[in-house]
Amino acid sequence: MNGLKKFGSKIRIPALSISVALLVGALFIIFTDIEVLGGLLSDPIGALSLGVGRAATAYSALFRGAFGDPENIGKALASNGDIKLWARALRPIVESVVASVPLIFVGLGVSVAFRTGIFNIGGAGQYTMGAVGGTIAALVFGAGVTPAPIAILLVMIFGVIGGAAWAFIPGYLKARVGASEVITTIMLNFIAGQFVFFLVSNFEFIQKPPRNQPVSKELSQFVDLPGILPIAALRLDISIIIALLTAVAVSWFLFRSTRGFELRAAGLNLAAAKYAGIGAGTSIITAMLISGAISGLGGALVAVGTIKQLSPGIGGSVGFTAIAVALVGGTRPSGVVATALVFGLLQHGGSLMQVETSIPIEMLLFIQALVIAFIAAPELTLGILKNPFRRRPRSVGK
Amino acid sequence: MRLELQKITKQFPGVLANDRISISVDKGQVLGLLGENGAGKTTLMNILSGLYKPDSGKILIDGKERIFRDPAQAIDAGIGMVHQHFMLVPVFDVTESVVLGNEPTKGPLGSFDRATARAQVAELSKRHGLHVDPDAKIESLPVGVRQRVEILKALYRKSDILVLDEPSAVLTPQETEELFEIIRGLARGGTSVIFITHKLNEVIAVADKITVLRRGAVAGETIPKKATAAKLAEMMVGREVQLTVSRSKSKVAEPILQVKGLNVLNDAGGLAVNSATFDVRSGEILAVAGVQGNGQTELVEALTGLRLVDSGTVVLEKKPLHAGSPREIAMAGVAHIPEDRNRDGMVKGMTIAENYILNTYHLPQFNKNGLLNRKAIAAATEQAVKDFDIRTPSISTDIASLSGGNQQKVIVAREFSRNVRLVIAAQPTRGLDVGSIEYIHRRIVEQRDAGAAVLIVSTELDEVLALGDRVAVMYEGRIVGILDAKEATRERVGLLMGGITK
Repeated sequence: MNGLKKFGSKIRIPALSISVALLVGALFIIFTDIEVLGGLLSDPIGALSLGVGRAATAYSALFRGAFGDPENIGKALASNGDIKLWARALRPIVESVVASVPLIFVGLGVSVAFRTGIFNIGGAGQYTMGAVGGTIAALVFGAGVTPAPIAILLVMIFGVIGGAAWAFIPGYLKARVGASEVITTIMLNFIAGQFVFFLVSNFEFIQKPPRNQPVSKELSQFVDLPGILPIAALRLDISIIIALLTAVAVSWFLFRSTRGFELRAAGLNLAAAKYAGIGAGTSIITAMLISGAISGLGGALVAVGTIKQLSPGIGGSVGFTAIAVALVGGTRPSGVVATALVFGLLQHGGSLMQVETSIPIEMLLFIQALVIAFIAAPELTLGILKNPFRRRPRSVGK
Repeated sequence: MRLELQKITKQFPGVLANDRISISVDKGQVLGLLGENGAGKTTLMNILSGLYKPDSGKILIDGKERIFRDPAQAIDAGIGMVHQHFMLVPVFDVTESVVLGNEPTKGPLGSFDRATARAQVAELSKRHGLHVDPDAKIESLPVGVRQRVEILKALYRKSDILVLDEPSAVLTPQETEELFEIIRGLARGGTSVIFITHKLNEVIAVADKITVLRRGAVAGETIPKKATAAKLAEMMVGREVQLTVSRSKSKVAEPILQVKGLNVLNDAGGLAVNSATFDVRSGEILAVAGVQGNGQTELVEALTGLRLVDSGTVVLEKKPLHAGSPREIAMAGVAHIPEDRNRDGMVKGMTIAENYILNTYHLPQFNKNGLLNRKAIAAATEQAVKDFDIRTPSISTDIASLSGGNQQKVIVAREFSRNVRLVIAAQPTRGLDVGSIEYIHRRIVEQRDAGAAVLIVSTELDEVLALGDRVAVMYEGRIVGILDAKEATRERVGLLMGGITK
């Protein structure tokens, strides 16, 4: 009972924030619709009901895009095991999970840094460099050069090295000369993207023939990550398993190991950590190495397994969305995984919403931004929905 | 003017800071407002000065209700605040500081009328007996005089009600006595004064009337004639407390800490500790007195490895200490109760158990191959909670949610959990309730009796005199005198604190 209560109090703010954000998003959909605005004066009730209808359609598409169409699911259930029908019914939810995989990795990565008090916003760059490492490993060791499991392992190792190396630079600079990690990591994000551009446009070994586009060769010819679902048409591979295992490992590291203890102490109160004999410099570099390694691992697995190609834009919006995931998830591994799944659902659901209605996918970015704003200001969220979760004064014995 | 606060209530998320507090002060009266940290004094004063709005309750001046929407309205109504931390511009002179914000002007362009301002300030300071040179630069003035400037500022704005928040915290005993003279003079002249403090003797000395706050509510009212320190302490805490530390004579043995010619720089690169030389011997308490900011902080940081030593030697049981890291020094048998427990002593956001092992987590009993031995940690913490009477719902409670006294007990328990040869305690009871002060003092004396050397640094003269077997006084980075407990009278120590060595 106590555990349930604790769980409830932990997800209260995120759950409220997401609901309120969706609500505000709906209002936004209603009041940015030209027809609704046009009719507002002459026929307010008609216009509003039109708007509510539009919002409902949009959210219905969002829901079906995220979880799957109930109709398709019904058909699949009735079909007695028709693979095609099942694939169609399950594709949305599977794709949502696929979309969440990079967010889990980078969300976990930046969480380790955040816990240590380092605002590593270089998740995108570290992820990108991990993708570079993974791609190179796939090109060198894949396609039968080494046995498939070894090649996959090497892809992961190279990804870890790529991400960790990229994160070491800002970590070292902060520990040594106090350079602000915010600035150095942002800059390194750009450099990572440009570095990929350089690689995929200058090396025959990497660039896709006939070498007229800045992208790498198709990586599926070199390394193929095994799928985990019995339906081949659904592309969910072992990267989700590795992501979940990483979350467990991070949780274990942070809360069970002495190193994790040092990092958390340094993150919460650097002065007290120094007092306790914990070296600030070592903590910073360790945290950045781990942070980058996790993001890099994600980059390698997603580039090789999901996208199956390296391109300069691979870091894309992952880095920034992952920061949101980490913060919304309270930099707690379980919270990060849960939030990444929610964001994955929104992201994939949003693409169907864009197809079916004229509402652009940017609306989802808006909703995501609202989620973050509400989480950053819990008092505001609680204020909007007053009472049911009223805080009680806390008193602890004197 | 007569000021009355009626049933002021202010709720913050999770805390009822003021619970129907009613206080009043008459024209020319000095009200002593007594209460521990967290009793609601500051909130009440912030309401009076227009910074907060009360949830309910009234402010009456001469019987008329007043509502302050911002501090400017409170100032207009004649309420002057003198804060604990002075709000003065160091490079201004006294005249400029006093008139800042209400400068007299002349000419069509409204340029600053320095001559008039100077005359006004001089007249004001003469009338109220606040002796200040109107041309002196603020940065050249001692703290006690700066406080007078703050009071002048309030008077210049025609304050009829003067609120002084913990005014003696930064003063030597002599300066405090002068401040009391000033307060009495102001009261005779018709100014009403609210004097906020947690020091029992001060309210008895200066107040006409005493109101005691406890946990956000009025715990009692009395007048100095009827009050004793013990009675007031009881009102403040809610139970009987022992104000003096009972201790036997110390059995002094060999020196444990030997400091010779120690120089330490402050953050700005100035000499904060100037050739300090002293010993602390097994079985004795050396208490270092001094007004805040005379190098004590830097001295302690240097001894505990948090600050580099510029020159000089520090020897702990014949081994040089000054090159050590905080961890090496702790492991060599030094317990350090830091001056600022919020900053250095604990990690808020971590549990009591995690704070209990903050600097011992790396030892074999808590660390198994890089993993925390949670069973051993829990067992050790449970024992400490029992031994030190730490009031907490559980050992996995966030230390931030404990009271200051219990937080300090966690720190003391942690520091005394190792084999202790030397205790370095800086301001060990700052901001604590009377009950916790009593407890922590007892624990420190226990360490002395067990043969440890104890170095206490405190700006509270009462604490220094109560605990020190010897008393050292720091002034401007120098140790200006070391007295035996017998010779260390309030007067002698007070003079040394002001730098007067005869």
